[in-house]
Amino acid sequence: MRRSRAETDANHAKLSRRAALLGGVQLLFIGGLAARLRYLQVDQADQFRLLAEENRINIRLIPPIRGEIFDRNGMQLAQNVPSYRIVMVREDAGDLDEVMARLARLIDLTPEQTTSALAELRRSAPFLPVTIAEDVSWDAVSAISVNAPALPGVAPEVGSTRVYPRGSDFAHVVGRVGRVSQADLDALEDPDAVLRIPRFQIGKINVEAREEDLLRGTAGTKQVEVNATGRVMRELERREGQSGADLQLTVDAKLQNYVQARLAGESAAVVIMDCTNGDILANSSAPSYDPNLFIGGISSRDYDPLLTDKYRPLVNKTVQGAYPPGSTFKMMTAMAAIEAGIIGPDETVYCPGHMEVGGRRFHCWKRSGHGWVDLETSLKVSCDVYYYDLALKVGIEKISALSNRFGLGVRHDLALSSVNSGLMATREWKLANRGEPWVIGDTVNASIGQGFMLASPMQLAVMTARLATGREVTPRLIKSINGIEEPVKGNASLDMSAANLSKMHRAMYAVVNDRRGTAYRSRIIADGMRMAGKTGTSQVRSVVVNNDEVPWEQRDHALFVGYAPYENPRYACAVLVEHGGGGSTAAAPIARDVMLQALYKGEPPLEAYPEGDRARIKAQQDALRDVEPQVRTKAGKDQA
Amino acid sequence: MSYLEYTVKSVPTGLRKILYLNWPLVLLLVAVAAFGFLMLYSVAGGGYSPWAEPQMKRFAMGLAVMIAVAMVPIWMWRNLAGLGYAVSLMLLVGVEFFGVVGMGAQRWIDLGFIRLQPSELTKITLVMFLAAYYDWLPAKKTSHPFWVLLPALIILVPTALVLTQPDLGTAILLLAAGGGLMFLAGVHWAYFATIIAAGVALVAAVFQSRGTPWQMLKDYQFRRIDTFLDPATDPLGAGYHITQSKIALGSGGWTGRGFMQGTQSRLNFLPEKHTDFIFTTLAEEFGFVGGMSLLVLYALIIVFCVISAVMNKDRFSSLLILGIALNFFLFFAVNMSMVMGLAPVVGVPLPLVSYGGSAMLVLMLAFGLVQSAHVHRPR
Repeated sequence: MRRSRAETDANHAKLSRRAALLGGVQLLFIGGLAARLRYLQVDQADQFRLLAEENRINIRLIPPIRGEIFDRNGMQLAQNVPSYRIVMVREDAGDLDEVMARLARLIDLTPEQTTSALAELRRSAPFLPVTIAEDVSWDAVSAISVNAPALPGVAPEVGSTRVYPRGSDFAHVVGRVGRVSQADLDALEDPDAVLRIPRFQIGKINVEAREEDLLRGTAGTKQVEVNATGRVMRELERREGQSGADLQLTVDAKLQNYVQARLAGESAAVVIMDCTNGDILANSSAPSYDPNLFIGGISSRDYDPLLTDKYRPLVNKTVQGAYPPGSTFKMMTAMAAIEAGIIGPDETVYCPGHMEVGGRRFHCWKRSGHGWVDLETSLKVSCDVYYYDLALKVGIEKISALSNRFGLGVRHDLALSSVNSGLMATREWKLANRGEPWVIGDTVNASIGQGFMLASPMQLAVMTARLATGREVTPRLIKSINGIEEPVKGNASLDMSAANLSKMHRAMYAVVNDRRGTAYRSRIIADGMRMAGKTGTSQVRSVVVNNDEVPWEQRDHALFVGYAPYENPRYACAVLVEHGGGGSTAAAPIARDVMLQALYKGEPPLEAYPEGDRARIKAQQDALRDVEPQVRTKAGKDQA
Repeated sequence: MSYLEYTVKSVPTGLRKILYLNWPLVLLLVAVAAFGFLMLYSVAGGGYSPWAEPQMKRFAMGLAVMIAVAMVPIWMWRNLAGLGYAVSLMLLVGVEFFGVVGMGAQRWIDLGFIRLQPSELTKITLVMFLAAYYDWLPAKKTSHPFWVLLPALIILVPTALVLTQPDLGTAILLLAAGGGLMFLAGVHWAYFATIIAAGVALVAAVFQSRGTPWQMLKDYQFRRIDTFLDPATDPLGAGYHITQSKIALGSGGWTGRGFMQGTQSRLNFLPEKHTDFIFTTLAEEFGFVGGMSLLVLYALIIVFCVISAVMNKDRFSSLLILGIALNFFLFFAVNMSMVMGLAPVVGVPLPLVSYGGSAMLVLMLAFGLVQSAHVHRPR
């Protein structure tokens, strides 16, 4: 098949035309690519370079070091100690099962721990360290370090954990920390990013929680270069954070330790405060618990007994509990009356053993009556009718208003959780909350701290301190922050008549030191250390019962408030023994012991006690000397 | 047998043929490959292994193959065109049964010494066979419907086989290269207008089929198209590749971040940085200047091929050179469009630069044919 040359040339010419056309289209497309390249690389360069930086730079948080907590003398109450965890990196480990088996022979690992760790290792990125065991002992760390060559990819890591060296003594003051929960995050309006760090701990209750912002500090940051899978290639920049502030509390750890030991076996609360500046020296609620148990999660084996104990160890009774103040409230009724000028301190009221009010008979605790009593006598013997009479004359509004000034029915701003405001009832309150009008019998009940009146031991201690000094003593728990002393708040004069206050002091002195006083058996006989105070027995049920014959839950609460030394008040205290029976038998002896301990800043000499008590006190001192709080130790946990 | 109409007396013989190679084209190919070596060295974090060294060896082998192919007279290759096409079809069928599944598609046949990708080979044999066909066909009949249907079938059979692997990218390339060759051979433009119209209709049908039982593409292919159309919808998922690639390109700027300083590729934000996305690394590290340099080299290869084809009076040679040049163009144009976010991610490597043995060897074989046509052109 031959073709003519002309035909061939024509064909080639057509092919060349089409080749030029197609080549031109190709070059045009290449030109388009060039334009696109220019657009991306030149016109939008700045924007894309920024995106590239964002891609490769990752900001990591460095958790701040939590502030530590000390008592007023510098004893450590909450500290950070290094804690060790064992981590494993898959890509370095090689044969995972083999390495895990060797590790399990060295340190105690449950089969569940190893299985879940192996699963997590296989799941996560090969270069990410996976925690195998947390909170391991130093012995385990050493064992792993020594056997490092046989354990590729296994390494101990140092972290920090919170330890409460005073254990159960301070659960109700210092509180505790715990892992950040979803509820914690939800409660905050703008949660700090540091809270999202795994294993980060946040204050859960009491000082740890209330002073969280001070204790936490601010997180540092480090910029790291990461690749697309998140592996850190190198650190670019580091900005150190700010450690949390160290807090010093007003509490005296030694005194607190004694008080907790003294309350052993009771469901009780004691507050001791310095009348001069409001410093809380002891804030004890018994029984207590070891906050260390909660660090890193508490087991139900440890937790269930705390929940079901009828003595409620988890409740901080000094501020959370609200109890009828009983006879300790009589000072308020009397102060309201004599300050209003309705009755003089020396005027007398006749006590026949009962009083008829509104067709109802209100009894005195002494059915036979006390006869003619004035302020001092009525307080000393705790006559009820005297106060019924005063209350009816002065009215509930004045009593409640006055008790508010003495710190009852108001919420004290303390760095503790669930601080109760108690209740000083008024006509308005009853109408608003009960929907019933105030009746005269309510006033009668209120006059002796029953009925609607409720106060916490903390409030009673504040009341006593204010009575003793005549000034607005305000409780203070935080003594200094990072070594800078916190100002003493309040302390202004209450503007009470000095003569009236002095009469009240005299009466309270008689309660403890007069042979007929209800707390006479709990007097202090050392000169210059004598105590004044008032017992209280607050009824849990409206019917008068014999405490020895009813179950514990139905017995009366025993109370005592007092201050010492009488001549120059330094310390005020409030003691509550839940369902302890009478204030004079259950609460006053505790008050004397703890007050002496505070006054002597340690174990008091036996000479401070009346002669008849010394043998018993000696035995008690021997038993309570150096009682250590419950503190779960590292070793103890590893054995468990 | 048009060749015999020309005088063959000036055709070089023996080893003298080497002097008659299209040397500028050889140098251009070496220059492009050198870009590849440089970038493979860089993405390995500054090392000859694992990519740069094997690539150099393969390229050396490729050059040898090219020269060997160039030594064989072009008319012998023409006579083998039919056989080559038939073998390709057999291999494409064979891959259905004996193929190795890689990246979710059956594409390889492992021959022991080399993993052969029949679809690569088909690109060349198809062009060869079509060029031989149009060399044989009298020019008058070129636009006759029957003589148009025949080459259309020649194109569609391998295309359909490739599509079942499934390899959409290569199928489209085959279609485009075959169609381009028919255009060059002088088929009436009305056919192309019809085909394009039909193509648009087909695309519409394909999209309509989505989600129905007779869905024509796999889900991942639809997703690629989706993310191409709007990469921002899924920046960490399917749109990740395109977004990261654009970031790498953009952050290069005029002169780039410097050799081995590209953060995007060095820190693995770029996928397939040694194969399909190698141009991104180049443009990130050497910037607009580096990217343009490679683009200009590619353009020059096309220009030299077109000149060589136009200068060549042999119809088979011209068509073959132009067909191979078109294939080459389609290769890098699709790859670059992809990394610049102009086309969906279809998995087409950058010719001579991306790491890969099979593709490079086939390409060098094709340029051997171009050289053979050049050496043995009628003078």
